[in-house]
Amino acid sequence: MSEFTAQPNTDSFRRMVLEGTMTIYNAAEIKAQLLGGLQSASILEIDLSHISEMDTAGFQLLVMAKRESQRLGRTMRIVAHSPEAHEVIDFYNMDAFFGDPVLIPADH
Amino acid sequence: MEELFSVFAQEAREQLTAMEDGLLRMEQGDQDSDTINSIFRSAHTIKGASGVVELQHIEKFTHILENLLDKLRNGEILLSNELITALLEGCDHIGAMLDRVDQGYMDEDPTIAAAGEITAARLHALTDGTETAEEAEEETAGMLEPSIGTVERSGGESSGSDCWHISIRFGRDVLKMGMEPLAFLRYLLNLGEIVHLTTLTDAMPHAEEMDPECCYLSFAIALRSHASKEQIENVFSFCRDECDLHILPPNSRISDYLDLIERLPEENMRLGEILIKSGALTQEELDEGLRRQTAAAKIAEVTDQNIPALGEIFVDNKMVQPEIVEAAAIKQKQVAEKKTSESRLIRVQADKLDQLIDLVGELVIAGASANLLAQKSGRSNLVEATSVLSRLVEDIRDSALQLRMVQIGETFNRFNRVVRDTAKELGKDIDLIITGAETELDKSVVEKIGDPLMHLVRNAMDHGIEPANVREAAGKPAKGRVELNAFHDSGSIVIEVVDDGGGLNAERIQAKAIERGIIQPGQVLSEQEICNLIFEAGFSTADKVSNLSGRGVGMDVVKRNIQALRGTVEVQTRLGVGSRFIIRLPLTLAIIDGFLTAVDNAAYVIPLSNVVECLELQEDTTRGHMINLRGEVLPFIRLREFFDVEGTPPKRENIVVISAGGHKAGIVVDQLLGEFQTVIKPLGNLFKHLRGIGGSTILGSGEVALILDVQALTQLASQSEDRRHPIITHASSHPATEAETR
Repeated sequence: MSEFTAQPNTDSFRRMVLEGTMTIYNAAEIKAQLLGGLQSASILEIDLSHISEMDTAGFQLLVMAKRESQRLGRTMRIVAHSPEAHEVIDFYNMDAFFGDPVLIPADH
Repeated sequence: MEELFSVFAQEAREQLTAMEDGLLRMEQGDQDSDTINSIFRSAHTIKGASGVVELQHIEKFTHILENLLDKLRNGEILLSNELITALLEGCDHIGAMLDRVDQGYMDEDPTIAAAGEITAARLHALTDGTETAEEAEEETAGMLEPSIGTVERSGGESSGSDCWHISIRFGRDVLKMGMEPLAFLRYLLNLGEIVHLTTLTDAMPHAEEMDPECCYLSFAIALRSHASKEQIENVFSFCRDECDLHILPPNSRISDYLDLIERLPEENMRLGEILIKSGALTQEELDEGLRRQTAAAKIAEVTDQNIPALGEIFVDNKMVQPEIVEAAAIKQKQVAEKKTSESRLIRVQADKLDQLIDLVGELVIAGASANLLAQKSGRSNLVEATSVLSRLVEDIRDSALQLRMVQIGETFNRFNRVVRDTAKELGKDIDLIITGAETELDKSVVEKIGDPLMHLVRNAMDHGIEPANVREAAGKPAKGRVELNAFHDSGSIVIEVVDDGGGLNAERIQAKAIERGIIQPGQVLSEQEICNLIFEAGFSTADKVSNLSGRGVGMDVVKRNIQALRGTVEVQTRLGVGSRFIIRLPLTLAIIDGFLTAVDNAAYVIPLSNVVECLELQEDTTRGHMINLRGEVLPFIRLREFFDVEGTPPKRENIVVISAGGHKAGIVVDQLLGEFQTVIKPLGNLFKHLRGIGGSTILGSGEVALILDVQALTQLASQSEDRRHPIITHASSHPATEAETR
């Protein structure tokens, strides 16, 4: 399950915390959330530190969001990775594509 | 950093040994293509590794060697003795450069470099003078599958990459079908190392059109693996129908990569970049390839042929390629099998192992102490517990010692080269036959046995084996034979150096020994004893001092070295038939089973393997220092007298019959205390010259016990009977405690 919390910051800045799994089972749902997030702010920060599982479908969504943000001329940043999420991005050798600093919380 | 270099040097040396072995096999007529391939691979590995640690001079030199081997492999050069010699010299040069790395110098020694240039020039000359050889090769040896031969050559340059290149595009529906690309790709890690992975997302449409449940990804992967193509394909067998998979073997022809670029939907330049990134191609190779391809396409246009003709050529190539791939895969598989058996080994620092053995030694002592206390306490449950404990300690001791055991084969195999070179130098034709290479013995022993063995082998070749004409005159085959044998024999290892040469001339040895004052003129000695005189200091039978043996390092040094390992050496010989040098060594140096005895309050340990029997000393069977043991007359020593122990002997004394080096003797002690596991502690320098004591050990009670040097004691016992005519003054104050009965 994932939960979408939009914290009211400035109009053009949003931080989205994704929780739970990011897999093919909820891919459609998350796609909508991500696109919604992108449309609502010029800078979207995505927090993946609470992602417990990610598969290729989930990973593709991040790629999609990143590409969409570039197309719209907006900024998408992944500000925190859970080890599970980072493992996938790292295996696919896509850290450079996202270009985000990888911070893994100490408690993991 | 240091460690990196030492690991490099060590691994490179292993490859070098493999190369040398292969070259020697080839020289002996091994025509197997596997052999040359494995030699080539070794050279390639050294080159690669030296590149990684940035030792350019080694990389450069190995590259020359590799080129030559490559031509040899492709049948462009004919195998010749000259070639093998040059290649072996090349190996030697790499060895010399590695030695320097071991000494901590990363630059090239100018003298070594100069020698290297000469070798390199020779190798170059051999590499270049290929045309005629190639023609000759093609005329004579049509055995090579012509199709494979031509394809390998016609394809032009192959890429320098040693990785499989895997290109996979997953089908749109794989995710929906419950297949996870990650799982397949991760499985590749079981086959080898993913050197590079590029994820291609180009196929993904814009966000609105993107179906979150479809897979749009494709991957370019450089996999370093010894797996076969089939094994790699099998990884993807579940999704095989759903995906577009291309696998290029390591070192594929550049055209194959270009072909791949052409067939994939992504933009050519981008794919090219990916191939460069993953190390499959270099930029130059790609540029050159693309340029040629365009040129070919233009020619095709001009000559009004269909452009797809180019593609057809590729397809044709593709049709042929499976054979090559299959052949390569079989070889790769063999290597892979070897690799897996290797990977079951763990590299451990030798001093860590020594530390472990030391600790086990302490454990044995501590265990003995606990045992003693338990027995004193008289509590049966405690005794039981400690006895279980001591059994376990014994097991640990045995397996810890087993860790240090290495096969002697590696040491033996070095002699292949030595025999080859020495035989060439001497102008003799000599075969080396090795048996028992799998015999195991302690690593520290293996390390130290190399030099004495080297001396014995060279000696056998130089002095033992006669020149061919003499051999033929004596009715022997012209080709000489030197054997190296190893086997276990009652708690010790026996290593033999056997030659079928002229044997030792007892008369000449006796004359020489008298001349050198080693024996007295009238002394009566058996032939056996005379022959063993060659191990005495200052003895050399060689009529002429040659370059090889007789350079001042005599047999006495061999004997001393072997005695330092608590071993013995002797020679059996028959004039005109040959000689057999027999070395006996203890299996291990650190821990022995001992027999504990006591004189007064002091404890003495006799190595159990030397103990023949124990009995009560009965005065009526003795005369002087001789005892009549069931009709056999044995000399004996009273330890009490020998060590000047004060006090009066007890009413009943015991005699321990020991044997060492073929001699038996008795040692009279007060008490027999039974078997005792002994950790040998060396004596300090101060006591080095004590005769009759080989070392010390610590008893469970914390007391120190001396370990008797049985060999020295038996000799002393025999000599004490005949003090006025000392036979031979053996210079053996070495701790030669353990020696077996012959």
